[in-house]
Amino acid sequence: MVNTTKPTLRNRFSNMDRENRSVVISFSMIILLIVFGTLFITPNFASPTFLTQQLRIASFLGIIAAGQMAVILTGNIDLSVPWTLNLSAVIATSVMAGQDDRLILGIASAVGVGVIVGLVNGIGVAYLRIPAMVLTLGVNAVLKGVTVVYTGSAPQFQQTPELLSKAATETLFGFLPIAVILWAMVSLFNYLILSRSSMGRKTYAVGNNEIASYLSGVKTSRVLIMVFILSAVLNALAGLLLAGNAGRSFNEMGDPYMLPAIAAVVVGGTSILGGSGKYMGTIAGVIIVRLLDGALNIVQVPAATKDITFGLVILLMLFLYGRAEKVRE
Amino acid sequence: MMARLQTTWRMPDLWRYTLRHFRVGIAFVILFVLLGITVSLNPRFFTPAVLTSTSNQSMTLVFAGMAQTTVVITGGIDLSVGPLISMSNSLASTLFSETGGAFNMIVVVVVVLVVASLAGLVNGLIVVYGRLQPIIVTLATASIYSGIALFLRPQPGGFVPDVYGDLLTRRVGQLLPEGLFGEQPAGIAAFFESLFNFIPASFILLIVVLLVVWIPFRRSQLGMWVYAVGSHAGAAYMSGVNVKLARISAYVLSGLFAGMGGLFLTAQTLSGDASNGEVFTLQSIAIVVLGGTSLFGGSGGVAGTIAGAFALRLIPTILFFARVNPLQQPLWEGAVILLAVAAGASRIFTVRRWLDMMR
Amino acid sequence: MLNHQSPALEARLVNKRFGNTFALNNATFVCQPGSIHALLGENGAGKSTLIKIIAGVVTPDSGTIQIDGKAAIIESPAQAAQLGILPVFQELSLLPDLTIAENIFISNPPKNRFGIINRKHLKQAAEALCAELGFEHLNPNALVSEIPLAQRQLVEIAKAFSHNPKLLILDEGTSALAVHDVKIVFEVIRRMRDQGRSVIFISHRMTEVEEIADTLTIFRDGEDVGSFPIGEVSHEEMVQLMIGRKLEQVFPPKPVPTQPRSPMLEVDHLSWEPTLHDINLSIGKGEIVGIGGLDGQGQAELLFALFGVLRGVQGRVRVDGRDVKITSPSAAISKNNRIALIPEDRKTQGLILPMSVADNAILPVIDRLLNQFGLVDNQKERSTVQQLIEQMQVKVGSPQLPVRSLSGGNQQKVVIGKWLLTEANIYLLHDPTRGIDVGTKQEIYQLIRKLADNGAGVLFFSTELSELVGLCDRVLVLYEGRIFRELTGVHIQEENIVAAALGLTSANHEPQEV
Repeated sequence: MVNTTKPTLRNRFSNMDRENRSVVISFSMIILLIVFGTLFITPNFASPTFLTQQLRIASFLGIIAAGQMAVILTGNIDLSVPWTLNLSAVIATSVMAGQDDRLILGIASAVGVGVIVGLVNGIGVAYLRIPAMVLTLGVNAVLKGVTVVYTGSAPQFQQTPELLSKAATETLFGFLPIAVILWAMVSLFNYLILSRSSMGRKTYAVGNNEIASYLSGVKTSRVLIMVFILSAVLNALAGLLLAGNAGRSFNEMGDPYMLPAIAAVVVGGTSILGGSGKYMGTIAGVIIVRLLDGALNIVQVPAATKDITFGLVILLMLFLYGRAEKVRE
Repeated sequence: MMARLQTTWRMPDLWRYTLRHFRVGIAFVILFVLLGITVSLNPRFFTPAVLTSTSNQSMTLVFAGMAQTTVVITGGIDLSVGPLISMSNSLASTLFSETGGAFNMIVVVVVVLVVASLAGLVNGLIVVYGRLQPIIVTLATASIYSGIALFLRPQPGGFVPDVYGDLLTRRVGQLLPEGLFGEQPAGIAAFFESLFNFIPASFILLIVVLLVVWIPFRRSQLGMWVYAVGSHAGAAYMSGVNVKLARISAYVLSGLFAGMGGLFLTAQTLSGDASNGEVFTLQSIAIVVLGGTSLFGGSGGVAGTIAGAFALRLIPTILFFARVNPLQQPLWEGAVILLAVAAGASRIFTVRRWLDMMR
Repeated sequence: MLNHQSPALEARLVNKRFGNTFALNNATFVCQPGSIHALLGENGAGKSTLIKIIAGVVTPDSGTIQIDGKAAIIESPAQAAQLGILPVFQELSLLPDLTIAENIFISNPPKNRFGIINRKHLKQAAEALCAELGFEHLNPNALVSEIPLAQRQLVEIAKAFSHNPKLLILDEGTSALAVHDVKIVFEVIRRMRDQGRSVIFISHRMTEVEEIADTLTIFRDGEDVGSFPIGEVSHEEMVQLMIGRKLEQVFPPKPVPTQPRSPMLEVDHLSWEPTLHDINLSIGKGEIVGIGGLDGQGQAELLFALFGVLRGVQGRVRVDGRDVKITSPSAAISKNNRIALIPEDRKTQGLILPMSVADNAILPVIDRLLNQFGLVDNQKERSTVQQLIEQMQVKVGSPQLPVRSLSGGNQQKVVIGKWLLTEANIYLLHDPTRGIDVGTKQEIYQLIRKLADNGAGVLFFSTELSELVGLCDRVLVLYEGRIFRELTGVHIQEENIVAAALGLTSANHEPQEV
């Protein structure tokens, strides 16, 4: 077989990882949205106050998306977001009983809920080989049931401690929201795990080809369980923070976050099939989803247009990222 | 020269059939078990009123399940089933006119079905020509269809003729002219009169849809191609199957079924609401799995899905009549769903080589 | 015999490039009507690409194709089928969830004017076709997923015949068939030829090629290098044309041990129903033990069982004299056991194609490359990968390139190299040189012997007899899941291996009771 390589500019550019390309595209989209918003919606769009406010609201989605990305990287999906979030918020707030000094206890209980849910999800997918979509769907339904029983059986303390509310709503130095700092910490952790740790490499490997990974000695079941635990714990912590944001935990508080989280991950360039995607892209995806929501809210666009625009933007981003290979070749 | 032994024993076809349809059979077994429990808890279950009410309450989910089944057979998933139902419902409640009479009703039904099918077509075109994954495409279009539903019906309301609602939700006997069987029916006429008094119109509707839409499709070349594409799209292409056409037609059919679901929901609620279809998306996935259809595509069918829909509907009824604490009902429902889908989708007990499980 | 008819198929100056590689370079191929035309060539020589172009699966960059003397444009399998060209490829194109009858007539089932399929006619047509071909044991109602591989190949052939082919292409179409079935298929092919139709036959089994074909074309490096009637050219000449240089299948010399070898791996009474029965073997330090036998006799399962992939394995395994229970590949490669497996299919099992060479290389040992924070040490990673590339002499521009951009030989080098990095003591090799060019094969043979000389134990399953004979110190032949025969020393010869593979004792060709 004869090999020839033509070193053209086109060749070099297309050698750039698909992953890197999508990060560039997604961040460009953010800039585009900000420009668009400033020009057509309100001059305040690019102001630090507005942007940091949007970032704060985006933090909750960001924490959830970080966990969802890890699961999607392995080729699975986590549909138990809504009620993991809800249940841990409910349990944590009642454990804390509004006391600041019990905050640590609250966090621990949220993490506890996350670990248990993650274990159940992970074991079901890794050992029982139940497709993640249906398993997490079922687990979600059960968690809803547990939450209803828990909240209904005895009067619950729903007020969140001051400290937690402050963390969710206030800023440091007058401009940096604490929630964003928390999101940044989660992001750093996630980035280190995914890009620099052996567990992260194994995650990408499993998402690309579980069989070959298994035959290379990767404990694929353990990897799967780990990502589901990560996702569930992050969902739980997001629930805790959301409760702080609202001042209390309430039913169905998690429902609005599941599909946007998946959308953010995909809009950020992670392949829904697994195996490729950079965490920076997910951050960008979260910001894009948030900016769209924020922009459309200002213009007081009816919910109908918001939904339609949201769907159209997702499709647009997907087209920009390149598509699945032809069946033929 | 040694000749390799050939298997001369051919598995009897009946045996082969049973094994093959094992999962679907389980769905029906579950349904009958649940029916048994229901009847034992509520001996009045098999009365016409209760049967009709149960049938009506399940029917939208049945159509949602059929829509989802069609797409899942091709190896995809459709997250826009619920919003399509909402959209159809909203459209119907907007188009029905108070003075239009029968003509208006027919027009509305046709228009809604066409629009829903077109929405399905859009899904299919984006998946096939955009070469994007179905789960993400339908996630996006779900949002779009929700938006359209909201656009048509920003507030719940609209108009739905009572006649239309009656047609679909009553019992057949109630719809027939009075005295059709004579003043004092006897013998065969009496039998038919009591039969028609028993059967819900929605049930007949389902039978008709199956006979006129699903079964011809399933038995057609296009239907076989849909299964082929789900079984192994690459091999199907190599074998001369028009993969694009098969995929797109599956999504169009899915849209059609979702439209039917929306139309039925309209008859049931006699009103339009842009968000009342949401819940059907995830439920439709659950009953598809319950019904024995593989999420990987290529096998399964609507029979199991329909059984799954009725089974799912019976659970709250059973919990109610068993006087389970209302607080605990969602937990029981969730637990049953989890067990059912886990059992339906798990393959661990049949596989001995770890590698085979990773597909 | 003078033939004034135009050729059934004439492909001239066909070019096809995939990315940076030229699969076909001005290739020309002429097939006469009423002939069985064999295509020979190594992997990557271009034969697969050529027939894919003829069958409409791939479009050429340039070149012309004439069918029966008329120019033809073949842009899809459907168009090829209309011209009467039907391929049967190695990768089967069957739908596992559909029945045999449905598969055979998948592109055009018997239907009424509404498009509804007539199931009775479908079944009858399938039965009739199978009977006509001689494939009586196929049950048209069985799902393809329910039947064994050999039957699936027959279904593929039946499917091709349902279109009444004028030109049938068989790409390794008999590789999974038993001798009996091969005869039936040959009958079918001969009938086709007698009717004036043509068959293109690709096979690596020289005996089959010589039995069935009338003409032979050899491909090398994307070009045709010779066409001859069968019988006019000797084996040596054929092989020379195929590899372009004089063949010297040089194997490294086998050392004679001065002392008995200490056993590294001992297996007692290993069974895995229903495929493996009562396997007893031992591999000594520095020994290369070969596994032979026909396809599907349990060789793959044996290697998987030793590597911890199978559940429900019975029997006793000892590594370095210690009893071990290996329940997963990660246990197999752990420091206690140090077993490595080079699997059969490097594209789906041995490598993760979209990932880089570096990522693939370090995957089994990634946990050994961590720094003090528990993160992957970039420096260690870089040097480890570099070490592999140099040691194995992998031809690649940069270790960050996706491994799928490498040639087959280099890909296999990455596979073997990554296992070398695990510092394994016991190597299980499943056909490591399949589909690799001759030059790289030699490198791999040298490497395997070096591994053994350095103290490792090697279990080497190969489908090439010459490798078993040339490389192994001992050969175990598997037959129906048991070790049928062990060959040592001078008894390691191709005839003995083949005889044992067929269940015969070498002396008298009578079937052995097993």
